[in-house]
Amino acid sequence: MRTIRFLLQKEFRQIFRNRAILLLIGVMPVMQLLILPLAANYEVKNINLSVVDHDHSGFSQKLISKVTSSGYFKLSGYSASFKEELMAIESDRSDLILEIPQGFERGLIREDQQQLFIAVNAINGVKANLGGAYLTSIIRDFNEEIRMEMVPSYRFNEAPVIEITSSNWYNPLMEYQFYMVPGILAILVTMIGGFLSALNIVKEKEFGTIEQINVTPIKKHHFILGKLIPFWILGNVVFSLGLLVAWLVYHIVPAGSLLVLYGFSSVYLLAILGFGLLISTFCDTQQQAMFIMFFFMMVFILMGGLFTSIDSMPEWAKLLSAFNPVSYLIEVMRMVILKGSGWKDILPQLGIIALFAVVLNTYAIINYKKTN
Amino acid sequence: MKQFINFVRKEFAHVMRDRKTLLILFGMPVAQILIFGFALTNELKNSKLIVFDQAKDPASQEIIARIEASRYFEVERNLSNAAQLESVFKEGKIKMALVFPAGFNASLLHGHHAQIQVIADASDPNAANMLTNYVSAIIQDYQRSLSKSSLSPYRIIPEVRMLYNPQLKGAHNFVPGVMALVLMLVCVMMTAISIVKEKETGTMEILLVSPFKPILVIISKTIPYLILSLLNVGSILLLSVFVLDLPVNGSVLLLFAESMLFISTCLTLGIFISVKTSSQQVAMLISLMGMLLPTILFSGFMFPIENMPYLLQLFSNIVPAKWFYIIVKSIMIKGLGFSAIWKETLILVAITAVLLIISLKSFKIRLA
Amino acid sequence: MKETVIKTDQLSKRFGSFIAVDAISFEVQKGEIFGFLGANGAGKTTAMRMLCGLSVPSSGTAAIAGFDIYKKTEEIKRNIGYMSQKFSLYEDLTVLENISFFAGIYGLSNSAIKEKSEALITRLGLQKEVKKLVGELPLGWKQKLSFSVAVLHEPKIVFLDEPTGGVDPVTRRQFWDLIYEASEKGITVFVTTHYMDEAEYCDRISIMVDGRISALDSPSALKTQFKAATMDEVFYELARGAKRGD
Repeated sequence: MRTIRFLLQKEFRQIFRNRAILLLIGVMPVMQLLILPLAANYEVKNINLSVVDHDHSGFSQKLISKVTSSGYFKLSGYSASFKEELMAIESDRSDLILEIPQGFERGLIREDQQQLFIAVNAINGVKANLGGAYLTSIIRDFNEEIRMEMVPSYRFNEAPVIEITSSNWYNPLMEYQFYMVPGILAILVTMIGGFLSALNIVKEKEFGTIEQINVTPIKKHHFILGKLIPFWILGNVVFSLGLLVAWLVYHIVPAGSLLVLYGFSSVYLLAILGFGLLISTFCDTQQQAMFIMFFFMMVFILMGGLFTSIDSMPEWAKLLSAFNPVSYLIEVMRMVILKGSGWKDILPQLGIIALFAVVLNTYAIINYKKTN
Repeated sequence: MKQFINFVRKEFAHVMRDRKTLLILFGMPVAQILIFGFALTNELKNSKLIVFDQAKDPASQEIIARIEASRYFEVERNLSNAAQLESVFKEGKIKMALVFPAGFNASLLHGHHAQIQVIADASDPNAANMLTNYVSAIIQDYQRSLSKSSLSPYRIIPEVRMLYNPQLKGAHNFVPGVMALVLMLVCVMMTAISIVKEKETGTMEILLVSPFKPILVIISKTIPYLILSLLNVGSILLLSVFVLDLPVNGSVLLLFAESMLFISTCLTLGIFISVKTSSQQVAMLISLMGMLLPTILFSGFMFPIENMPYLLQLFSNIVPAKWFYIIVKSIMIKGLGFSAIWKETLILVAITAVLLIISLKSFKIRLA
Repeated sequence: MKETVIKTDQLSKRFGSFIAVDAISFEVQKGEIFGFLGANGAGKTTAMRMLCGLSVPSSGTAAIAGFDIYKKTEEIKRNIGYMSQKFSLYEDLTVLENISFFAGIYGLSNSAIKEKSEALITRLGLQKEVKKLVGELPLGWKQKLSFSVAVLHEPKIVFLDEPTGGVDPVTRRQFWDLIYEASEKGITVFVTTHYMDEAEYCDRISIMVDGRISALDSPSALKTQFKAATMDEVFYELARGAKRGD
């Protein structure tokens, strides 16, 4: 036990001596947490809409004003030339074109049926999908209004009606930030812990100090523990800072218990630090360690369910994400912070992460060779 | 010139010797393309939905069957009482619940009016929105099938055309994004680290006392990464054409020329970081934590920039990846020519020049 | 009455087809200053790393302080000190922090750590530099400090890998004073060097050529054997036949 005390003392001295790193560890996550959730806004609003109106009728005016007053669309262009508006799409000034054909109003009354043309810039699939859907649903509403206007008896028809009442739980105001902040915090904690631990042992290799350690009778698990504990503490500090920012800036108060949150993050940190240390024992230079860590980080983050849903992935990818520690943290953070899930609910995730922690750290201890 | 080639050769030897890093450098774009191309989708599919059916009559069964048949939902199980709802949501897997009141069919047939309650897990507001829309559409379909009357009068039929990307594939959006990301990473991080490493180990001084101009020392360090990056551009394009079926609609030559420009921007950014820092770890953390997430976010390939607060929109203008992303999108997908992207090109040139001037200035100060 | 602290028999290390150390056998007695000479690439460092338990031999046997080199590496480590060719104390820790860290790792008690570090600092005349980062010290002091740290826990044997590389003659002299002091306390000193004047300070020396030991005796005996006036000549005579080098 005394050995560990000396190791810890040494690690902490080194950490506190390196002001630049310390500053980065403290400031960077806070900064990112302040900025990123504002930027990571997936709400689709302010869709730029160009209208090509060949009709100039009462109906076309009504439709346009209905669309623009919906709140989703911003009228960015209005002309009688489709070609002109297509140019606007090419230069990204516009996302969507609504074309109203000539004789729209007259045709609708005479022929009982008319077409409207919608062209969507579909490079960004989500936006295109949602934009198109919003516009068609507004047109449907408009259609109903026309019917009621033209056929007074339509209102009293006897068709059965199913009324759908929808409620949005856990985030009734539909604040996207509530969803993103816990996820981004999860990633920041992962990155800090993962990179610092991955770089640590390999730095001793690069500087040669590990030789001096290896000729001492120090126990391998003591050495690994001596590396693990300081970063574990740092990780929890970053985590707390993040929760503080979430509370002060975004007014996100965990619905669940802090104990559950910290319980999970503590075990999670052990796992991710173990992974970092394992990489560190494999590599010869810091550059190498960083790139390998980076590779895994990237896969972990992209497939961790921060930006896209894991449910929607193909089966093989779902299987892969079962081995992705980050996906568990993001999931649990959102569960506990937004829904107030308790121990019972997160038990499966906790078990898996604990298993990760044990396996990775054991592997790191085995793979750290004092003799080669 | 001969000296210069010698230097470049030495740098190449460094890069080629480190097999592990090299593997990652080439593996990264491949992995990213595969992940984005096949694993990630912005669509919502197979969302787990739970039913609390108090009616258990033909109408509710029919609606559940229709939902089950759609690819958007996976109907998980039937609840037996309302109290279970809360705990089921808290377990985290269920995204939506559907509650049928008792006597649903009866009230629909005789009262011409019935209610369904839809509860969405709105922790993810977007998903909640989309899922609610999907479910509503399915229910409305069912409702329409009930009405015996034929077509409604005065029908307006919207005809939607998806430009550039008719199948709404994610690839159109992310291939340009991945290119920006990978180039950014390889160039900024690798140059920053490899220069700082020479500073840290003291070999930089040896190079600087050589009769060789310091600026050439720096440039020769960047050449291997320039070539590696161009290879990466090539491999990304090959993958996207042959694996993802995403052709290059514009000029390939122009695309490579613009890539060269962006690579130069990134290399100067790497030099800039290396001039300003003195330890590998700091350089790494800055180029990684400082560059990675902002590049993903502010290039606009994940999140629409126009949704951001005004200040951040302004900030996005100094993120080189944003301009490169626009350029690649224009050339590759829209098939536009140089006349459409000269502005973005000019901005990249300007950013590069500014970075280069600042780095050279501080580099000289250090030497003096 | 002599006590053997290092004993090797046919000790070898191969890296693939390259035989770095080729069946070396020798013994070192307690309290001896044993010089381990050889040209660059002769296999000195590899041999020393095996003896310290940093590297596993390919074949042959050896016992350090009576412990088997294969099975008892951790016991060996408790009984040896090691100073590597590359400076390997923590440059971002102060002099005192380095001393107490390594003392602590070797399990010295707090009072012993305090007492020993004070003695060490006084002996080296580092009183003013105690709070300085080790990275800021001149090379000579760094070397003296790492030697002192290597013998702080009073090991039976201390292994020194080119301890005086790159330092000035005065500092080298001071360094050898430290070695003699350690030797007088009964610590066996195993040292590699390139300086032939330093070879003369040793009780016995071995000269490695191409992974083998080609000569082993006291400096004066070797000079007689090779009919040479200085150790330089002896070394040159032997090393001339070397097939590898760098």
